[in-house]
Amino acid sequence: MTEPRMRTRDYSLFYGDFRALNRVSIDVPVNRITAIIGPSGCGKSTFLRSFNRMNELIPGVRTEGSVMLDGEDIFAKDVVDLRKKIGMVFQRPNPFPKSIFENVAYGPRIHGTRDRTRLAAIVESSLKAAALWEEVRDDLGKSGLALSGGQQQRLCIARALAVEPEVILMDEPASALDPVATLKIEELMEQLKKDYTIVIVTHNMQQAARVSDFTAFMLTDEARAGNLIEFGPTKTLFTTPEDKRTEDYISGRFG
Amino acid sequence: MRSIRLRNLTQKGAFSIMWLAAALSVGAMLLVVGYVFVQGLPQISPDFFTTPPRGGLSGEGGISSTIIATVYLVICTLVVATPLGVGAGIFLVEYADNFRSRAAIKLVSLARFGVETLAGVPSIIFGLFGYALFVTAMHFGFSILSAALAGACLVIPVIIRTTEEALKSVPQSYREASFAMGASRWETIWKVVLPSAVTGISTGLILSAGRIVSETAVFYVTLGGSYRTPTSIMSSGRTMALHVYYLAMETRAFDKAMATGAVLVVLIIIINLVINLISRRLSAGNGRRGA
Amino acid sequence: MKKKQGTDALMKYAFMASALVSLLIVVMIGVFTFKEALPAFRDIGPKALLTGTVWRPGQGEFGILAMIAGSGLVTLGAVILGVPLALGCAIFLSEIAPPAVRTFVRPSIELLAGIPSVVYGLFGMVVLVPFVRSLGVPGNTGFGLLSASMVLAVMILPTIASVSEYAIRSVPQSFREASLAVGATRWETLKRVVLPSARSGILSAIVLGLGRALGETIAMIMVIGNSVIIPAALNDNPLTIFLSRARTLTGNVAVEINYATGLHENALFATGVILFLLIMVMNSTARVLIGRKKWERRR
Repeated sequence: MTEPRMRTRDYSLFYGDFRALNRVSIDVPVNRITAIIGPSGCGKSTFLRSFNRMNELIPGVRTEGSVMLDGEDIFAKDVVDLRKKIGMVFQRPNPFPKSIFENVAYGPRIHGTRDRTRLAAIVESSLKAAALWEEVRDDLGKSGLALSGGQQQRLCIARALAVEPEVILMDEPASALDPVATLKIEELMEQLKKDYTIVIVTHNMQQAARVSDFTAFMLTDEARAGNLIEFGPTKTLFTTPEDKRTEDYISGRFG
Repeated sequence: MRSIRLRNLTQKGAFSIMWLAAALSVGAMLLVVGYVFVQGLPQISPDFFTTPPRGGLSGEGGISSTIIATVYLVICTLVVATPLGVGAGIFLVEYADNFRSRAAIKLVSLARFGVETLAGVPSIIFGLFGYALFVTAMHFGFSILSAALAGACLVIPVIIRTTEEALKSVPQSYREASFAMGASRWETIWKVVLPSAVTGISTGLILSAGRIVSETAVFYVTLGGSYRTPTSIMSSGRTMALHVYYLAMETRAFDKAMATGAVLVVLIIIINLVINLISRRLSAGNGRRGA
Repeated sequence: MKKKQGTDALMKYAFMASALVSLLIVVMIGVFTFKEALPAFRDIGPKALLTGTVWRPGQGEFGILAMIAGSGLVTLGAVILGVPLALGCAIFLSEIAPPAVRTFVRPSIELLAGIPSVVYGLFGMVVLVPFVRSLGVPGNTGFGLLSASMVLAVMILPTIASVSEYAIRSVPQSFREASLAVGATRWETLKRVVLPSARSGILSAIVLGLGRALGETIAMIMVIGNSVIIPAALNDNPLTIFLSRARTLTGNVAVEINYATGLHENALFATGVILFLLIMVMNSTARVLIGRKKWERRR
């Protein structure tokens, strides 16, 4: 079994004194799609955001335990470097109020690429990888905000891809989109996993079952801290879950 | 690839500049306030408040007449401005959106336009206007009356704005409950909305009082400069702010000017504090009310 | 019931009347100042008034170009000194300051806004003027554009800072998150995403500051020297133009109105009208720049 791309060990997160995540340990496998499911408020988004240290934007946040990318502690690295390696796509598409070209070129520009030809090549390949190129190739100067919801989200994916990350985190990427757009995103994920490791948070169980290779199920305990209940290959988790609580959630008994 | 170290260093540099800007601004405030206090406060004694200025070219004396003039002026200005300002505010929030006829709607938008424009007029224009209309045309002369009327024009927009905000923050559900019981609009305003909004409106009045106390240009051309205690509404006089001006420009009595200035700054600080306290209690109160 | 309806209607129209009073005042201001100004426009003519370089009312000379130059230069100076400081404060307060520091800095800037102009003028006279005078250069009395610009910069700083801060805070948090997630530093996010998004709001803030600067009277009278000359450099160094004395449009009006008569008085009212129009244009521009909704929510 190959080394997991990301690994957490006994990872806990606190808002001040309040424990929001309780000793979560997980191995995220390379080039696979790992889904995190669970009822609202169980901490899945918070956990996802731990991978690229986005929780640090909130004042008073504290962590315990370790999170590792390719065996290296992410808290020991420079956060800017980390976020280059781990990309994120948000629940609500959030393209910049700039042109499509500038949106995708933003990342590479930041990290030092100046040459116009090189940037154009990166923009093209990223938009192709995000399955958006054909739709926008004729007008890259158009504002990113002028696209439809589904297109905006694919633009955001292209933007994330442009910095050549190893891991892509997706926080309910299709929940703000219509079914057609959602399907497109799911197909895209299937394509992307060949080259990237993907972790997706979703409240839609059917989506998790359709799309992911591995699934993690989370739940809050009595102290309202998020816990990892079960983790395993999707097929197994959905057909023969080990934990009763997983089985209850999957069969719709709550959540 | 631009090195991460360089980028982080650039950030440190840029953020340091922002820190510097903030430090300089706070420093400027401390310098001005500090200097005025250090120079002015030692000059102040109880006599200072109870003796009138000696007048003429001498800078001697205290500021008793100016205190009286200031208070007199604030009261007169507010007497004129409050009903007009609060009334306009009530109209704009409680009545304005309920008109049907085209003419009425036009009138309403004209009224709003009037308020907006008035808020943007520079103070010297109010002075000019006061001079042309009240001092000269209406023959009120340099007097508290002329100054109060001109000052009212200055603070009416402030009162309107704060009244509007205070009224808007009264929950709509209060009004609906009142209407549902058969109360008329006026009854609702008088018995339900206004009592809730009274704190916010008072903030506006206090703010206006502060404005009048600080203002010089408007009163320079409408109040005249008499250092004597005003005896009636037609008397001339000088506010504390005007006194500072005359002391500095005409008698060069900078020590007394600083002292008066210090009194002014202390007043402003107190007014700011009071307003902040009221606002804080307002928002806390509103929060609790929801529960 | 009838009585209730009667009172209701009465109050409605009473309140409407008070709202219309504002409009009435504006109209009256317009009418009166324009009426007093008209003879000046008619007899002196706008061209002679606005471009005339000599202001000598006793001899029938009513050119206000020198005052236009004075107002323009002192506002320029105030902008050069004040805008960077104000923007720095705005960025500091919205993006950088730790909460503890913020609770100290923000009231300080609010206090700057509350200090009466006459106190600023006094401080200028007692502290800044001697300081500027000590810079040497023959002809430099300390009174003049530099002292006045410094005072004015501090006076407009709170206005520009608070509106800019509001504009920066209005930029959606999702933009910042998207930028950081792609590996940008906080400064890069500010520079490349947040500030460009807030640009129109910041411009609006600066224009508001300009309007405020143009309208300031008392502090200017106290430190700018009030000489009716077109400011000029005192020696070979062109920068010394800021050491020149000057007079602002507002100062001209305030200083002379109490004893002016006849055409002189009309000319002063004409100056007032010009100022009024200028500042109205500024305020309208600022409002357009920031958009209607935000305009109503600004402090």
